[in-house]
Amino acid sequence: MAHDPLTALEQHSIHVIREAYARLKPLGMLWSLGKDSNTMLWLVRKAFVGRVPFPVVLLDTGNEFDEVYAFRDRYVSEWGLDYINAACPGVEETDATLPPASRAAARKTLGLKRLIAERGFAGMLLGIRRDEQAIRGKERYMSPRDADGRWHVREQPTELWGHFQASPPPGGHVRVHPLLAWTELDVWRYVQRENIPVCELYFSRGGKRFRSLGEKDITFPVTSNASSIAEIIAELETTRQEERAGRAMDHEREDAFERLRAAGYM
Amino acid sequence: MTGSLAPVAVCIAGHVDHGKSTLLGRLLHELDLLPDGKVESLKAASEKRGVPLEWSFVLDSFQLERDQAITLDTTRVRVRTPRRELLIIDAPGHRELLRNLVTGAADTSAALLVVDAQTGAEQQTLRHLAFLRLLGVRDVIVAVNKMDLADWREERFAAVRDAMAGSIARLGLSAHAIVPVSAREGANLRERAPAPWWRGPTLVEALEALPVPEASGGGPLRLPVQDVYRMGERRVVAGRIASGALAPLDEVLILPSNRSARVAELAGWPDAPSHAATGDNASVVLADQMVVERGDLLCSPDAPPKVTSVFDADVFWLGHGELSAGRRLTLRVGTREVGARVSAVHHVLDDDTFARKAAPSVGEGGVARLTLRCDTAVAVDDAAALPETGRFVFVDDGLIVGAGVIDASGYPDQRRVLPAAGDIVPERHQVATVERDARAGHRGAVIWLTGLSGAGKSTLALALERRLFDLGWNVYTLDGDNVRTGLNADLGFSPTDRQENMRRVGQVAALFADAGLVCVTAFISPYRDERARARTAAGTRPYFEVWIRSPLEECERRDPKGLYRKARAGGIKGFTGIDSPYEPPESADLVIDTEHLDIEASTRMLVDFVVANCRKS
Repeated sequence: MAHDPLTALEQHSIHVIREAYARLKPLGMLWSLGKDSNTMLWLVRKAFVGRVPFPVVLLDTGNEFDEVYAFRDRYVSEWGLDYINAACPGVEETDATLPPASRAAARKTLGLKRLIAERGFAGMLLGIRRDEQAIRGKERYMSPRDADGRWHVREQPTELWGHFQASPPPGGHVRVHPLLAWTELDVWRYVQRENIPVCELYFSRGGKRFRSLGEKDITFPVTSNASSIAEIIAELETTRQEERAGRAMDHEREDAFERLRAAGYM
Repeated sequence: MTGSLAPVAVCIAGHVDHGKSTLLGRLLHELDLLPDGKVESLKAASEKRGVPLEWSFVLDSFQLERDQAITLDTTRVRVRTPRRELLIIDAPGHRELLRNLVTGAADTSAALLVVDAQTGAEQQTLRHLAFLRLLGVRDVIVAVNKMDLADWREERFAAVRDAMAGSIARLGLSAHAIVPVSAREGANLRERAPAPWWRGPTLVEALEALPVPEASGGGPLRLPVQDVYRMGERRVVAGRIASGALAPLDEVLILPSNRSARVAELAGWPDAPSHAATGDNASVVLADQMVVERGDLLCSPDAPPKVTSVFDADVFWLGHGELSAGRRLTLRVGTREVGARVSAVHHVLDDDTFARKAAPSVGEGGVARLTLRCDTAVAVDDAAALPETGRFVFVDDGLIVGAGVIDASGYPDQRRVLPAAGDIVPERHQVATVERDARAGHRGAVIWLTGLSGAGKSTLALALERRLFDLGWNVYTLDGDNVRTGLNADLGFSPTDRQENMRRVGQVAALFADAGLVCVTAFISPYRDERARARTAAGTRPYFEVWIRSPLEECERRDPKGLYRKARAGGIKGFTGIDSPYEPPESADLVIDTEHLDIEASTRMLVDFVVANCRKS
């Protein structure tokens, strides 16, 4: 009777999504077009019997890969999504003390802040996972952000037994993280099992593939011959490289990502 | 990994200085699970801070954590041993961060305690253990760490082991294994201990031997309603199944409204499932159009939960300030939120000894047993039988500030006495109440005596009956002797039967009052709910609640029928005052203090009260 590990993760995530929808109004979802947010979108459709009952948002820096934009255009129409293209402010508006790649990434933080201010979202679904990056490992399923979008890591709410703190602080919002407990490998196994569409950049071309998709100027491919989902899974079962090895902003300074996160980065 | 079994979740706990993070970091290294370059970056981070290679930096991912060498928040690591996949959850130890411990440990079934061989367990570690037990942890492994600093002396290990085994047993848990280790040296983690006297397992072997948590799945249906989605003509009831299973055509009972409905279909995407089981997020379409909303509970009609507005609970308290009787809070049971009040604090766990002690309140970070009274009846299970629907969280000002597991075994099921829907239209009597009163010279009324066994209820009831009769009044006393043998001969002494006993007495008393009699009842009637129901049953007839008050010690000293002695000896279960609660009236119409008043004075007080209130005006 017990669920297999993937189904256990799937059902837990659907519970989180439904709870967010019941308690955080209005709710939105960040759709960064990567494997994680596509998986999350799939789970949303399962939660609501095929529908996506809230808008999905791309924080658009204009710097995504062409393949990513093509993927978006196809599935916005195919899945009938209520899509919001949220243009991000320029790099000159970001914190000048951050290292260069982190500054580029911080544009998304500003874009998200602006979107929430404009639309008044009480809750926002994000496809982050704990295993991606150690700081994300400290996250909650429902994580309050203050009016400035800041994360107060020392004052995180208690969560237990499927009970979450779904109440935004004054002027703030709640980040909802349904995929928190998933690993990269879990996501790929689920993508395979459910046959979820993903962007072609994940598959090897000329001995290189993207393990993680970000803006094109700060994201680099890793050496890999994996050209199918099965091959990606086989590769991940043995790799000792970190998933975000190709994401420049994670590696600039010991605390760069921590600072980005505290200031409201995804 | 085979992919067939979810990892066993183990919470690692221990005092900040006992080397918990070091142990976990070193364990990952020993099992060859650190990513390339991790050890090098650890060395760099350690050198930067001028400390020797610090294994705990593997896990302390905030710069602040690395700088202060403490864990601030929960960290989860998947650990693959040669034979097992584990999810190890590192939760912080400081008292002010208990909410992080709770968040980290809530879904674990086992705990790994790290204890310094030189000092033994700190009080905080035992507090963790008390929390972990309430959270559902059952198996405990103890790593007695820093054995290198104790020169691997067997006596030192044995002393810590014996003390820990005792503490663990006192908290009602089982010590799965207690093993000596040195995390810094990596000794007896995966490699065997450098001590010939140790013949037990390595830490990895002990972890591998942890029992697999029981797969749930059986049990009666419990589906807390999370939301209702309108989809065209259909209303889809959404909720995650906490227990049992569900399929089309099943009949479900909806609580607390106490109505039944049939399942028409289970919706789903991309495919509609043929059935839904424990842990599934069901999408249920009911055949009958009825109002269902978030907070309702769908359940098996043949094994429903108990509906009650009062229950006992073992709780931990994370909120600010003291939690004491009278404090108002919100409880969230499943998806239902209900206002509640702490009606009693029975005991708290002592900070130092972890023994139960009487205390008027629970401090922040404390563990206690309470009686809670909710504003409306809620559907609950006993946590011992169905943990998922037998627990709740405390919510205060939108924040989760504690949690508890429910023991409602001493309380009756109020669902049995929910008003039945029906089309009964009462006949109008041709004799009016005023006519009956005029002939009798007094009004018909219910005089409801309540109080502990031995407080003097029967004595006073019978004395009142005699005096009123002598005044020419129509009066009759109902007590256990004249209802238990006839009217209620079918009832036993379970909480539910006792409740039904009281319900019938309330109804009969109301009929007697309606017939123009003064009906005196002499029952312990320990619960406010049942007394309130008796008052309701009396309708427009005068009803007076009289609290025959005497402290438990005094009643027990009198013990006219020897019942207390029998109950203390374990011969009677659920005896009020001993192992079943008495809820004192909050607004009795009359209180007679039989500890200080003798029988004559008490009787006079009661007679005067009844005459004053029921004499024909």
